[in-house]
Amino acid sequence: MREVVIAGIGQTRVGELWDISLRSLAYQAIKAARRDANGLMPDALYVGNYLAIVTSHQSNLGTLLADNAGLTGVEAFTCEAGQASGGAAFQMGFMAVASGYVDAALVVGVEKYTDAIGSEQEAALAISMDADYEAMVGLTLAGQAGLLMQRYLHQYGAPRSAFGAFPVLAHANAVNNPFAMYRRAIDQQTYEKAEPVADPLNLYDQASYADGAAAVLLTTPEKAQEAGIRHPLVRVRGSAGVIDTLALHDRPDPLAFDAARYAVQRACEMGGVLPGEVDLFEMDDAFSIYAVLGLEAAGFAERGEGWRLGQNGDLRLNGRLPILTMGGSKGRGNPLGAAGVYQIVEAAQQLRGEAGANQVTGARMALTLNLGGPASSAFAHVLEKR
Amino acid sequence: MEIPRHWRLKKQRYSLQGEICPHCEGKIFPPRDVCPHCGNDARTTFTFSGRGKVYSFTHVTEAPAGFEETAPYTVALVQLEEGPVVTAQLTDVEADEVEIGMPVEMVTRKIRSDGNERGIIIYGYKFRPVLDGAR
Amino acid sequence: MEKPETPILAHKPARPVGIVGYGAYVPRYRLPAREVARIWKGGKDEAPVREKSVPGADEDVITMSIEAARNALARARIHAHEIRAVWVGSESHPYAVKPSSTVVAEAIGAPVSIQAGDWEFACKAGTEAMVAAIAMVAAGMGRYALAIGMDTAQGRPGDALEYTAAAGGAAYILGPAEESLAVVEGTYSYVTDTPDFWRRAHERYPQHGQRFTGDPAYFKHITEAGKQLMKDLGVTAADIQYAVFHQPNTKFPQRVAKMLGFTPEQIQPGLLSPVIGNTYAGAAMIGLSAVLDCAKPGDRILVVSFGSGAGSDAFLFRTTEALVERQRLALQTQDYIARRTEIDYGMYVRLRGKLAD
Repeated sequence: MREVVIAGIGQTRVGELWDISLRSLAYQAIKAARRDANGLMPDALYVGNYLAIVTSHQSNLGTLLADNAGLTGVEAFTCEAGQASGGAAFQMGFMAVASGYVDAALVVGVEKYTDAIGSEQEAALAISMDADYEAMVGLTLAGQAGLLMQRYLHQYGAPRSAFGAFPVLAHANAVNNPFAMYRRAIDQQTYEKAEPVADPLNLYDQASYADGAAAVLLTTPEKAQEAGIRHPLVRVRGSAGVIDTLALHDRPDPLAFDAARYAVQRACEMGGVLPGEVDLFEMDDAFSIYAVLGLEAAGFAERGEGWRLGQNGDLRLNGRLPILTMGGSKGRGNPLGAAGVYQIVEAAQQLRGEAGANQVTGARMALTLNLGGPASSAFAHVLEKR
Repeated sequence: MEIPRHWRLKKQRYSLQGEICPHCEGKIFPPRDVCPHCGNDARTTFTFSGRGKVYSFTHVTEAPAGFEETAPYTVALVQLEEGPVVTAQLTDVEADEVEIGMPVEMVTRKIRSDGNERGIIIYGYKFRPVLDGAR
Repeated sequence: MEKPETPILAHKPARPVGIVGYGAYVPRYRLPAREVARIWKGGKDEAPVREKSVPGADEDVITMSIEAARNALARARIHAHEIRAVWVGSESHPYAVKPSSTVVAEAIGAPVSIQAGDWEFACKAGTEAMVAAIAMVAAGMGRYALAIGMDTAQGRPGDALEYTAAAGGAAYILGPAEESLAVVEGTYSYVTDTPDFWRRAHERYPQHGQRFTGDPAYFKHITEAGKQLMKDLGVTAADIQYAVFHQPNTKFPQRVAKMLGFTPEQIQPGLLSPVIGNTYAGAAMIGLSAVLDCAKPGDRILVVSFGSGAGSDAFLFRTTEALVERQRLALQTQDYIARRTEIDYGMYVRLRGKLAD
């Protein structure tokens, strides 16, 4: 395999972007990433998207977005893995360059969630669950998280209030991210007063779904040099995707998040690193319980102990294992099928030393973990400053 | 309208018809093409008793389209006495009465309409606290 | 053609038929009559019942029939595959066109080689299905036939019917007398064109003739049917342990019982309207299930339904030794009645979808 580096990154603000269309939103991120890569021309475009087929009634995004961006004649298609579509598209780009199939691949994650309104949104989101046996009985994404949180509280006796540490941390980190949806801190008291969404899960346990697009241009170190790129290059050291059962009820141990466990293990093995060696962890916090289970699955805490990491400052920017450094999905906003690409962009910002007030000192290695549903699919990547 | 899709699943929905693996005798619900226990093809039908226990539950207040009329409602993971776990709504129970481990039994109820009130009514399994009566 | 001279007598099945299994269903919600009076009569009104049953938002005639039929199957101890007819009588079938009976049949596991259909005759749709089921078994066209009377009755907000229009009913599996828990001694029906109560197509709520629903309708038809059946079978009220009459309220069945010579004690176990209201096509059927739950072998039970428009089906049953062990094979009628969650008028309006138009 060839070495693969990130030549350019781009992202849009995350939020309710009523006045911009799916194609133009994607183009903003593509344009920024290409400019960052000094105009390097990609041979392929891989799109991470989850909902456009429902919310925008649009399929064949590869052609639409490449066409709109003026990338005529490239290969282009969508990689879909629910909320892990961004991670899947990034892996596709990585494999295309690593294998020598192309010299430069553009990856764009884009979501136009607000094209649907009201209960149609919940119904659209439900398409990533088992349609016949989960969505059909009225389960929602938040409901899945609620089921897991209820079981977790029962099984491990964790204090309910402990989950507040994750949204509080995410919001604190989002304050300094100009692309974030919520640039304001919240406190534990606000968290505890929030209304229930899928009890015991409350409004602040759930990252707000939003519009957004992020793009990454991948190439070889040689091509990057030829293009005259001056910013530091970030190398993709490990990449892994793993599935679990689609439906939560089919798992012998739903709190295990096995797909996340194996994705992290395999990505680290591929990169020849141990999870403990990374300087930051851009993980999935679509729901606070997913952050807790993700930490446990990645091996950073024992089963039933993940919540404790939020209690002692370990996860803050200056802590032992900084997570959600630019606000995560809770603070930055959750652009669903684009979230996995945002994670890569944010990790690259950290490794390039461009994270501003949120810079993790001396960051050289980052781990990302993008989940589809309750870790029904998981994509992990290890990135390193070159 | 998605009539064929709902019609095809009526046996599962109305009466918890699943499968028993002809190779390892594992009981399977919802039905699958491949037995999760032994990896062989699973095709022999088996009707579950409908008795089980709540493994976990959540009270859904933000309902998706098609479920607004009955919100808020409780969705549970129910472990059937034969082993498999099924996702289903609980019915005939107050939110604060539900707890993990609570014995429940299957009833056939209205799940939702297909599309709007002009579409077919979809019936299927829900679970309620076991009604023992004077038996 | 000349009118035949032969008097029409009670029908006795050509071969002996009986009830082999029965099952009731009543939803859990109750609307006290005082709630209706509070909203519509300033709290001052003489209520015709104490309270009525109200179906949950996820219940209708199909779901309620499925549960009653499952209870009947449990008591009959037969496999659903042996059933040859599934008939559901109701005036609140969920569809205008599409049978309730096919869903019920599929859900309980009945075979495809059955008669299935929905019956409509106001409050006697269920007993009409029961007469047909008796006839089918007697004719030898099937070993078992399932007849259900079930309703989620409609009452216009503020109308007198809103106190009583309730939900519930019962299912009966008719089969050979030798397997029965109660044998059919005879039936007799009395039918005229009497427009006391109706609902036109596409209308949501019924209309009724107020006091006209009494003497020329309810009392005339029930007494004619009941008297004739007892006369033809050579029995009097004193030979019968229990009587069940259609029960649109508390007073009508009490008064008609007296007119036919029955004591309050004879109708007490089957008089459910005070606590569940009028379950329409389910009313006489569930009254009978409540009686069967507590009857002893050898008891005679008279059942007379009434359906507006108008007609009455009268039945005389005699229970057998098999009754006792089957009483406890499924939830009893009183178990469902005891399962009670009181609601206020606001919740009632929501559960019944009365905000929709």
